[in-house]
Amino acid sequence: MLASIFFSCRKEKGIINEEVTKVPNQITAINGLYILNEGNFGSNKASLDYYDYANGIYRKNIYEQANPSVTLGLGDAANDIKIYGSRLYIVVNGSNKVEILDVKTAKKIGQVDVPNCRYISFYKNNAYVTAYAGYVAVIDTAALAVKTQIAVGQQPEEMAIVGSKLYVANSGGYNYPNYEHTVSVIDLNTNTELKRIDVDVNLHHLKADQYGDIYVTSRGNYANIPSNLYVIDTKTDAVKKKFNITASDICIDKDFAYIYSVEWSSITSSNVVSYTKINIKDETIIPSNFITDGTEKEIEIPYGLAIDPLSSDIYVTDAKDYVTPGTLYCFDKYGKKKFSVTTGDIPGHFAFYTK
Amino acid sequence: MIKNKNACLGIGCFYFAIATCLGVVCPNFLWAQVDSAKIKQLNEIQIKAKKINLLQSSPTPVQNLGGDDLKRLSSLSVADAIRYFSGVQLKDYGGIGGLKTINVRSMGSNHTAVFYDGIQLGNAQNGQVDLGKFSLDNIEEVTLYSGQKSALLMPAKAYASASALYIKTPVPKFEPNQNHYFKASLKSGSFDFINPSFNYTQKLSKKLSFNLSTEILNASGKYKYRYTNGVYDTTVTRTNTDIFAKRMEAGLYGLTADSSKWQVKLYNYNSERGVPGAIVANKFNFSQRQWDDNFFLQSSYQSKENKHYQYLFNAKYAYDFTRYLDPDRISLNGPLNNKYTQQETYFSFANQYQIDTFWVISLSADYSFQKLDANLQSFAYPSRNTTLIAFANTLRWPRFNVQANLLATIINDKVKTNIPAGNKAAYTPTIMASWQPFNTANLRIRAFYKSIFRMPTFNDLYYTFIGNSTLKPEYATQYDLGITFSKSFTNVSLQSISIQTDAYYNQVTDKIVAVPTLNLFRWTMLNLGKVSIKGIETNVQSLWQFGEIKATAKMGYTFEKALDVTPTGNSYKQQIPYIPVQSASILLGADWKSFGLNYSYIFTGERYSQKANIPENYVPAWFTHDLSLQKNIIKNKINYRIAAEVNNLLNQYYDVVLNYPMPGRNYRLTLSADF
Repeated sequence: MLASIFFSCRKEKGIINEEVTKVPNQITAINGLYILNEGNFGSNKASLDYYDYANGIYRKNIYEQANPSVTLGLGDAANDIKIYGSRLYIVVNGSNKVEILDVKTAKKIGQVDVPNCRYISFYKNNAYVTAYAGYVAVIDTAALAVKTQIAVGQQPEEMAIVGSKLYVANSGGYNYPNYEHTVSVIDLNTNTELKRIDVDVNLHHLKADQYGDIYVTSRGNYANIPSNLYVIDTKTDAVKKKFNITASDICIDKDFAYIYSVEWSSITSSNVVSYTKINIKDETIIPSNFITDGTEKEIEIPYGLAIDPLSSDIYVTDAKDYVTPGTLYCFDKYGKKKFSVTTGDIPGHFAFYTK
Repeated sequence: MIKNKNACLGIGCFYFAIATCLGVVCPNFLWAQVDSAKIKQLNEIQIKAKKINLLQSSPTPVQNLGGDDLKRLSSLSVADAIRYFSGVQLKDYGGIGGLKTINVRSMGSNHTAVFYDGIQLGNAQNGQVDLGKFSLDNIEEVTLYSGQKSALLMPAKAYASASALYIKTPVPKFEPNQNHYFKASLKSGSFDFINPSFNYTQKLSKKLSFNLSTEILNASGKYKYRYTNGVYDTTVTRTNTDIFAKRMEAGLYGLTADSSKWQVKLYNYNSERGVPGAIVANKFNFSQRQWDDNFFLQSSYQSKENKHYQYLFNAKYAYDFTRYLDPDRISLNGPLNNKYTQQETYFSFANQYQIDTFWVISLSADYSFQKLDANLQSFAYPSRNTTLIAFANTLRWPRFNVQANLLATIINDKVKTNIPAGNKAAYTPTIMASWQPFNTANLRIRAFYKSIFRMPTFNDLYYTFIGNSTLKPEYATQYDLGITFSKSFTNVSLQSISIQTDAYYNQVTDKIVAVPTLNLFRWTMLNLGKVSIKGIETNVQSLWQFGEIKATAKMGYTFEKALDVTPTGNSYKQQIPYIPVQSASILLGADWKSFGLNYSYIFTGERYSQKANIPENYVPAWFTHDLSLQKNIIKNKINYRIAAEVNNLLNQYYDVVLNYPMPGRNYRLTLSADF
């Protein structure tokens, strides 16, 4: 045994190849689903997985095999993923960059550096990326370069586009206890901020529905103000409704919004988790969880949520303790589990790749 | 670009180690010059042999580096030196200014107490002592006890940790007719490193002497590092690594009329440094800064050695200030600029009474008050009162001794805002024994059992958002069974050999784990739950004499399985992060006339950076070879020493902590003069 110290080769890390797991296949107009794993801050463990629908395989950690020559890989603390045209855009927060990949092969096409970048949206061949320094970077998707910046609130988070207006959730996360409490409205024709809509402290997720409404979550202040969910009417740019439910993330599919929430209870010293469904047509909460078969008990920390736009299958990820591989759960539209599979660390963001 | 995935550096290192071994063990080319050995050298060997025997008879494993050995190591700080101890993992964030903490037998760095001249260096904020801050310039001896020191006349704090590292500074010693002496040294080398130090010792009267030790360290700290996966191969310079540090220590040493000993020590360490962060894709430069100001005044009084009753009184006041600046994190109030001030007041009174020739008892009582202030929003401003009472018994016969003690810990936390952890009381026992089974004193068998806990730190409990005041203390239970063998020889090259081998089983329950996040200063609290640690460690020390050449060879080896056994966890029975299954060290030294040659080798096996033992978390093994050559010259009653070092000779690039690269090959030159 002692000799092995001296005789053995030093096994370098080398290229880590993707890991393929068999999962149920489905033949639809969707090729597959990209799952972005954040990886814990400082660990440089952001990773990309792909669920190949037709072949029924889950390909874990595909980035390095596709791009072995990229120094230190995808990077640190990935935060958003979206497909625009034939390209896959990944916002890597800790690595201060937006990666641009070929959506078919996941091979790197280019990169645009945006310090402390968070979320991405697209409009007329421009990519809009929020940066924590308090602006939205406008990237020309042809030139792959930042062409201008639009000043918004402090530490802006998620965005959504309705018509030619960009709505940006401002968090002010670095200014505790003086959080931001507004949504910035930007005119995309002039790339200027039109106004700010007062909502609640520490705004985070922001999604548009098909009726011209914006759903926005507030993280609360982690003390006396709990998280919450609001609806903004984009015709009036005013808050239409406060739901008074705790909300961590929201996903909208046709007439339904799916919301999960993780809230720390100092009374029980444990997390209180809920899975809520809202009918967005009349903005009413549908009683009972959207996971209906008891699988929710297996999920430690729900961290990501996506709904298949065709089948309305529900995807929920479990980030567990943030430093171990997570799990992706797939439920049918009735909330019954179809399968689950191991992902990278902190799975949290999705992009459906349609034909 | 490197094409082969498995670079076989191990083979190269092996031949290197063997070649060096042969050079020391069978130095044919040196044997030719055999002459009569000097009496002085022989005496030194006898002293060393005597020391080894003392280590052998301890009921708890003891490892020690002192005096000459310490000087000859390519070591700058206490952190560099303790890497040679077995069962130890040094968590090293790299470079001269990088944080360096000790983890003994995988129980976590918070379970090792560090004592400076017998009094603990406390840190209620995060429970860690940065050993990189303690320069070896003014240190005589570094000793590590697994379990605890087996003495009786010691503060209750000496009973209150799972393992203890003792750092000892020199006490003034004068030759007849000598009233004062000086030591000046200058070190310089890679990293634009320059380190002058000055030491002055004065005899004030027959019973009173004074010592002043000062030092300045300045370095850009820059070094090249390399990351590769076999396809990409990137070499970058580590930046924001500069450090400027000043150390000043003054001591007053006295004897009373009845030969009781007392001393007062004033210590100040002051530094400014860059804080280089984790190297991740697309991010190689950092702008974070840190300032430290550590001050303490400590005093001890020990009654004269007496057969029946002795006592020891210790007192300390410590003030530690840290400022952390992050220019990249800008809020409406400007960049993040955190300031922490920690204060501690400490008293200890220890008594020892000999009831019979074979029976000694002791009672120690310690009290400490610690508080932490910070300029953070909603900060808790925690303070902690700790009372420790230790009662110990030793029964000692020529071939068997047993010591048992019970420690009572009473802790009360207070906070100005939020919820305090409240009152906690615990009683923890230790029992240890050493047995000589045969008539000859060569072989001894030892064993100990110790149960101890560590309190969650102020950061664990009260850090805004991250802290959790409901955290429970983290318990460590240790079982150790060891065998020690030592033998001295005459008329052969091998003068003495000693072997210590211990098998141990530790259990850590309710383990609190800190995982670094965006930078070294911010952590995510994790409760790993339960860890089971089974290991074997071996130390072999030998002294050799080949005519005029005297040589030492030391080897340490550890095999350890530290498994996460949290029943509900996601990583059941997987090796916990950063703990290698195998680690080893070799130290070889040879002296010929006024020349000294030293070779040291450190091996740390493959590890995982996170809980899941999967390829993504794999951290390769690393090994470093260090060489140093020194020469002593005596001229005009001044003793000069010149030493040249090459560290990490094979220029291996490695991480101890993932994404915190370590320096490659580096050089250092030391000039010192004693007069």
